[in-house]
Amino acid sequence: MPEIKLILKPAAGHEKSPVEVKTCCGVPEPVRAEWATGTVDTPSGPVCRVSATLTRADRWGGFKCRVSSFRDRYSVPPGLYAVGEPGMASDIFVSANYKFSFDMLRCELSGMSAWILVLDTKGINVWCAAGKGTFGTAELVNRISATGLHVVAPKGRLILPQLGAPGVSANEVRKETGFRVCYGPVRASDIPAYIAAGHKASRRMREVRFGLADRLVLAPMEIIPAMKRYPLFALVILTVFGLGPQGIIFRDAVSGGLPFLLLGLLSVLAGALLVPVLLPFIPFRSFAVKGWLAGGAVLLVCIKAVAVFGPIPSTLTWAAWIFFPMASSYIALQFTGSTTFTCVSGVKKELKAALPVYITAAAVSAALLLAYKLLSWGVI
Amino acid sequence: MEAGKCTGCGMCMEVCPHEVFRLEERRAVIAARDRCMECGACEKNCALGALSVSKGVGCASALIGSMITGGPPTCGCGDGGSGNCC
Repeated sequence: MPEIKLILKPAAGHEKSPVEVKTCCGVPEPVRAEWATGTVDTPSGPVCRVSATLTRADRWGGFKCRVSSFRDRYSVPPGLYAVGEPGMASDIFVSANYKFSFDMLRCELSGMSAWILVLDTKGINVWCAAGKGTFGTAELVNRISATGLHVVAPKGRLILPQLGAPGVSANEVRKETGFRVCYGPVRASDIPAYIAAGHKASRRMREVRFGLADRLVLAPMEIIPAMKRYPLFALVILTVFGLGPQGIIFRDAVSGGLPFLLLGLLSVLAGALLVPVLLPFIPFRSFAVKGWLAGGAVLLVCIKAVAVFGPIPSTLTWAAWIFFPMASSYIALQFTGSTTFTCVSGVKKELKAALPVYITAAAVSAALLLAYKLLSWGVI
Repeated sequence: MEAGKCTGCGMCMEVCPHEVFRLEERRAVIAARDRCMECGACEKNCALGALSVSKGVGCASALIGSMITGGPPTCGCGDGGSGNCC
């Protein structure tokens, strides 16, 4: 694999020698990756050419992003890249320096000759970065200048992902750089059709959808954070059930606590998997209510199943009814951050109503658990 | 929305991810306010300043975090210097 150095172009009018891309520590960082396949000569020096085909490593990286915090360190150096043999009038696709976003874009440019301008979004995807302003007007204007785009592709048109629009003012970019900004489709997979239609996005291309597949890929990022709190929950449950006048008895902790541990697990799955999967089919608009219904349905099935083996103490049944659907509700409410349609005013309204309920329910279920313990010891 | 400033350029319709706007008699109108997710793309890209949106992140954990810390709501994706920084 040849070592390829990614070169940043000096700004127009500041023709100094090209500089290598530097990390924030100031260390020059040559691009030494499978996806960098060579260089393209331009009036202001060589530009890194990238492959439009994803390798197994790229796909594996994408998978890890879906399931872990690996995505927090999955980035590419910001700058200008080339696909194919682009020229002065070729399209310039703008992307984030989150490698997953970059990969999603370049794999749709197969057979094309185009530029890719990668903005420094601190490794964050386009939509989130646009909301934060890092995928924004100032960064775009600076990056155009820093890469010498005026010299490399003076007749090219900047094609931004539509979801970058919350951070970029097309009007200001044009005023400051002269480049025309076009908003491309929401999904990179629509780029070939967008180009074929003469740089026109259909209504379907402009609309953000949230289908089953979209919701399902986000579920791991709901389940994993919820499960991080599970050991603490398990510790509390095992301690409560194991606690006797003589100390903590392991056998009691397991036999008494196991149903609650399983219910805890099922509540996480109800809130973090069932709600995302069945989102449009669970009644009511509120995520908290959807979560409560999903958790309640799962609990009902469990209680009916357990009742077959013998009676359950009523204090425990009440504690379970108060705690577990509420836990699913809380977890489901977190999914608002992953959806493509929730708004801040709506979520604030939901929180205002739900938070006092959560706090009260947690306190009441803890009190019922305590009452169960005292009853079992014969204190009350 | 200040309808008087609108020239019907259609930019808001282009950037809106939820088809909130419709063009009526060469002017944009808010046709489906309920669908708005308050991303602010229309305000940012309206050259005439005809639109204003109280924008923010519709994310419960960000809002809860902001209530606890007293800071602005941050969604956690890359906040705190992750990414390609050391």
